[in-house]
Amino acid sequence: MIQAILVFNNHGKPRLVRFYQHFPEEIQQQIVRETFHLVLKRDDNICNFLEGGSLIGGSDYKLIYRHYATLYFVFCVDSSESELGILDLIQHLLIFFLIAPKVFVETLDKCFENVCELDLIFHMDKVHYILQEVVMGGMVLETNMNEIVAQIEAQNRLEKSEGGLSAAPARAVSAVKNINLPEIPRNINIGDLNIKVPNLSQFV
Amino acid sequence: MALKMVKGSIDRMFDKNLQDLVRGIRNHKEDEAKYISQCIDEIKQELKQDNIAVKANAVCKLTYLQMLGYDISWAAFNIIEVMSASKFTFKRIGYLAASQSFHEGTDVIMLTTNQIRKDLSSPSQYDTGVALTGLSCFVTPDLARDLANDIMTLMSHTKPYIRKKAVLIMYKVFLKYPESLRPAFPRLKEKLEDPDPGVQSAAVNVICELARRNPKNYLSLAPLFFKLMTSSTNNWVLIKIIKLFGALTPLEPRLGKKLIEPLTNLIHSTSAMSLLYECVNTVIAVLISLSSGMPNHSASIQLCVQKLRILIEDSDQNLKYLGLLAMSKILKTHPKSVQSHKDLILQCLDDKDESIRLRALDLLYGMVSKKNLMEIVKKLMTHVDKAEGTTYRDELLTKIIDICSQSNYQHITNFEWYISILVELTRLEGTRHGHLIAAQMLDVAIRVKAIRKFAVSQMSTLLDNAHLVASSTQRNGICEVLYAAAWICGEFSEHLQEPQHTLEAMLRPKVTTLPGHIQAVYVQNVVKLYASILQQKEQAADMEEAQAVTQLMVDRLPQFVQSADLEVQERASCILQLVKHVQKLQAKAVPVAEEVSALFAGELNPVAPKAQKKVPVPEGLDLDAWINEPLSDSESEDEKPKAMFHEEEQRQAKHRLPEVDEEELARRREARKQEQANNPFYIKSSPSPQKRYQDTPGVEHIPVVQIDLSVPLKVPGLPLSDQYVRLEEERRHRQRLEKDKRRKKRRDKEKKGKRRHSSLPTESDEDIAPAQQVDIVTEEMPENALPSDEDDKDPNDPYRALDIDLDKPLADSEKLPVQKHRNAENAKSPEKEDVPVVEKKSKKPKKKEKKHKEKEREKEKKKEKERKGEDLDFWLSTTPPPAPVPSTDTLSANTNTDAAPKDELEEPRREAQDGEDQDQDQEKKPSKHKKKHKKEREERPKDKKRSRKKLPGSEEAPGEPVQNGALEEGPLPPMSSYSLLAENSYIKMTYGVQGSLQDSQVTVSIILENRSSSVLKSMELSVLDSLNTRMARPEGSSVHDGVPVPFQLPPGVSNEAQFVFTVQSIVMAQKLKGTLSFIAKDDEGATHEKLDFKLHFSCSSYLTTTPCYSDAFAKLLESGDLSMSSIRVDGISMSFQNLLTKICFHHHFSVVERVDSCASMYSRSVQGHHVCLLVKRGENSVSVDGKCSDATLLSNVLEEMKATLATC
Repeated sequence: MIQAILVFNNHGKPRLVRFYQHFPEEIQQQIVRETFHLVLKRDDNICNFLEGGSLIGGSDYKLIYRHYATLYFVFCVDSSESELGILDLIQHLLIFFLIAPKVFVETLDKCFENVCELDLIFHMDKVHYILQEVVMGGMVLETNMNEIVAQIEAQNRLEKSEGGLSAAPARAVSAVKNINLPEIPRNINIGDLNIKVPNLSQFV
Repeated sequence: MALKMVKGSIDRMFDKNLQDLVRGIRNHKEDEAKYISQCIDEIKQELKQDNIAVKANAVCKLTYLQMLGYDISWAAFNIIEVMSASKFTFKRIGYLAASQSFHEGTDVIMLTTNQIRKDLSSPSQYDTGVALTGLSCFVTPDLARDLANDIMTLMSHTKPYIRKKAVLIMYKVFLKYPESLRPAFPRLKEKLEDPDPGVQSAAVNVICELARRNPKNYLSLAPLFFKLMTSSTNNWVLIKIIKLFGALTPLEPRLGKKLIEPLTNLIHSTSAMSLLYECVNTVIAVLISLSSGMPNHSASIQLCVQKLRILIEDSDQNLKYLGLLAMSKILKTHPKSVQSHKDLILQCLDDKDESIRLRALDLLYGMVSKKNLMEIVKKLMTHVDKAEGTTYRDELLTKIIDICSQSNYQHITNFEWYISILVELTRLEGTRHGHLIAAQMLDVAIRVKAIRKFAVSQMSTLLDNAHLVASSTQRNGICEVLYAAAWICGEFSEHLQEPQHTLEAMLRPKVTTLPGHIQAVYVQNVVKLYASILQQKEQAADMEEAQAVTQLMVDRLPQFVQSADLEVQERASCILQLVKHVQKLQAKAVPVAEEVSALFAGELNPVAPKAQKKVPVPEGLDLDAWINEPLSDSESEDEKPKAMFHEEEQRQAKHRLPEVDEEELARRREARKQEQANNPFYIKSSPSPQKRYQDTPGVEHIPVVQIDLSVPLKVPGLPLSDQYVRLEEERRHRQRLEKDKRRKKRRDKEKKGKRRHSSLPTESDEDIAPAQQVDIVTEEMPENALPSDEDDKDPNDPYRALDIDLDKPLADSEKLPVQKHRNAENAKSPEKEDVPVVEKKSKKPKKKEKKHKEKEREKEKKKEKERKGEDLDFWLSTTPPPAPVPSTDTLSANTNTDAAPKDELEEPRREAQDGEDQDQDQEKKPSKHKKKHKKEREERPKDKKRSRKKLPGSEEAPGEPVQNGALEEGPLPPMSSYSLLAENSYIKMTYGVQGSLQDSQVTVSIILENRSSSVLKSMELSVLDSLNTRMARPEGSSVHDGVPVPFQLPPGVSNEAQFVFTVQSIVMAQKLKGTLSFIAKDDEGATHEKLDFKLHFSCSSYLTTTPCYSDAFAKLLESGDLSMSSIRVDGISMSFQNLLTKICFHHHFSVVERVDSCASMYSRSVQGHHVCLLVKRGENSVSVDGKCSDATLLSNVLEEMKATLATC
């Protein structure tokens, strides 16, 4: 069983937190912090296994992690999982997390200095959906890459056919908002708009 | 309304979406918390709107905030709202948020049951998928119970995507609702052979996870897994299976033997490191399980060790780590093969990677022998000195102790060396393991009598130098060793060189800075010491000295009496009084030493830690019985707090006493100093009292011993362990020389006689005689202690609930709860959620005729055995012994082949026994179900009557016994689906026809009853095939050949034979002519006989009972491509309930829904035609409206039904 999947960056900022056992939010944050400190002090050229011990679960559990660019991918697993198998899985997930969102989001802002991590940050929901096709309830659901891609694509098509979460106009607005963010800082005041909206309704 | 929509979407335009939120947070690095709280306010506004898109967006943002550590439980209800959105986009967001934030304590979770059920049965596979994924994260016992049946149905969904998710989530359901395991298990097992690899993998995953916790219940699946292992190419699945086998082999060594060959092949062939590694691991597990009984698998061990060496030597640190990990498993049973790689492992001790070093340390445990223990420990001690970071150093410390103390110190030849190692370890700063060292010191001193003298001298030095050990506050952990030192010095005081000196060391004022429990030991042992000094002095008739010692005690004990620690205070004041009493007696010149020593007479023996627990409860003692009746609640409530309060007050008052103000303290200290100065026994040169109050004036001039920490700490006066290494070498050398001498003598003698094969004088482990022996090897256990392993089990283990015997047949009470439908609802509403689920699995075999049951069963069982060699014993024994691993010895091969035929012989006998009182079972379900039902009856012969009376109709809808069962009416006369085929004076044939959905075939079960006094044999059934209907014959036989009946019939016996027919068109009833030929043999001779018959295939016999949901049923009817027909039968007196039961039974329908006197029923033909019925009960009449995809079939079925109903 996989107990938790944690992704955080070199500063310990969580990028993806997926626990398969319930912990209150503050405990989750504490686990992320402690895990971060554990892996941070390890060199890159030493082994990727770590007996976490007290963190989650106890002595049966291990931390298996990979450090990739600015991100740490950490799996907390028990002895029923194959260590090398999980390492492979992390490698696959990496590809998915970092490449897949680009496929799903048509307009990818290319100005970011560090594409990898930011993809993850801005598409946390998408990343979760990908993860759901790979790991379910702490158990590995599917390892066939083609099957995973097919299912994710099918669901995205379904979402697109429904118009998506952010319908076209909203996306346009959000794009406008993004263009000159430094110049017009926070000048879109929701309070003002709220006044306008009742006006609109008076027309009917 | 329209405007509201417009307004909503305009609002929507200016809401932040997730990306905006993330960007905003990144732009507000300095006041992130404030920004987020502002965002949460916005989200709260958004959640108040009606627009579901706005809500979904808000929930999506909340999910992000949850990841950042914000509690979003307040939005649980909104999340449920979004979950119930009709659009997949929103639903997915809702379920994601729920899976991240819901848990068992979320109270609104119970509102989701119906929503989830609806999603699970949604026509869109992704709605179902998303619901399953979400549920897997937040399933609660209630949800598991309510939804188990729905999920189980999904395990047979047409889409593999749903199947695999449903299979996987079952594990979570089992955990939360263990009762579901047994009903669901057969289907789960089926999924192991699912055509889709993903589903298969999921099933393997679940079963492996289950089996890991309770392996013994899954042993019977071994053959199936073995098949999968040899056929699967999916590494992920292979790894899981191989891991599972690793858990199973300890329970069944024969399995291990079978596994070795395929595993070794895999090891040789695979390129995947992960698979190789798991194979090696399982081979190791096999070898461990075999090691007890089976010798000589050295080839396999060599292979494993050699592969592991490759891993360890790899530059990839991960492989190195895993190699060491696996190596440590081999070590347990085959230490010799690992020891040859000592070089490699010692090398790993120097690795830069701490994880690797720790693993190598684990291995060292098994590397040591008498010969190299000192050398290895020396190496470890240098590591201790070098180690940075306390964790690794603490690990080293525990490992040193583990290595040395393993199996009763068997590798230690010189305990003086060990004691000095322990003393050296006390130099460790900031270790947490002081108590470990202390425990070792105590253990060695108690159990190795010869070492006590040495230990005591070392301990007294340690006590003397206590300031080194306990001076700095951060070395608190290590001061535990003083506990051991004080105790050893006290208990074995007779060995002390200078007891008085030690006594003074133990009474120094700075002792009071030690932790309370150590002080308590000090106080107690001071008296022991005192007693032995007294005795010494009195024997020497040195009364003055004796009195001086008493005076010292009287002077120093008060410092302990003032201790804040209760234990210390109590013991000290007690002892102080004792000593004062002794002082009085001494003043009168009464010898007291004898009496004081008598306080500590007798020797302490080590007692096993579990000894107390293992004392058997004497007969007649009830530990749960009250000795005194408990006080009533009211009494205790009234009185207890009062008493406690009172006592507390007292205690506080007592405590406050010593805590006097600073002035008083200074005064007292002055007085004490005065006293000390006047005290002739006060040794002024002894180390100064520990600073207790930093700000107290006058401390500066107290001389403080400066410790130079730059040089490695050495406790003065203690010999270094290194010395012992040298000494030991010398000692061994001497021993060797002596031995050689002796050997030479012997050899000389031998030379004179016969010349014997003599080995070179090499030093083997056994040759080294230890300098001291462990005297007390076994710890004391109470007499007739119960041997039990129960101590290790944790009663709170959630997996214990899943320790369920899966081979036991299902009981009636174990069916999954099925939602009952309400009467008031519209019968055909597709929206209705309370669907009566007709559970296929729990269907019971139909009513049987008692007289035939035994034979049929016997035969079926045989057939089953032939078809699947499923029985584990059978599988393990009849297959050839494992291919010869290079050095399999002949002995093992022999036992193997011997065992095989024996088992085979046993099989039929067991079957015969089994067959005796079993009901027959004509169902042509997959054989494992049959087996299940059979076994059930086998185990509950008493229930037989009851279960036989049970009506199939009532069992078809298990959730509604009152509505569908016969309980409200009188019981229905027994029904039989068997009808007479033909009979003559020799034999009577009855038959039943059963369709099967899987292969669109029908099976005819013919019961042959021998009515004559002859034995009937060579029975053969020949049928004239029609164009439409053919009998399935064994391969290679022609159309005109008969099919032999696979049994003989002794007089008066009946048995059942089954014949399979393939049918082309099923819309019409069919008749086939046939002949049964047989030889009747009696005492007078044999005659050839024949019996002609006509097989009638009614249209109903092509129908198979198939459950159907009411919404699916409604859809089917609405689809419009069904033709309709109806019949009406008058003059019916039977109750509606029994009527339905009859239809269910004779025409293979199942009740979809029943409302009052109206019921909808469904059935399906072997060729997939849907047949739907609406049965209405009028006054003395019944009308049946039918809809079916084939009009002819429908009218024929209705005609047949009319005939059935006419008899009612």
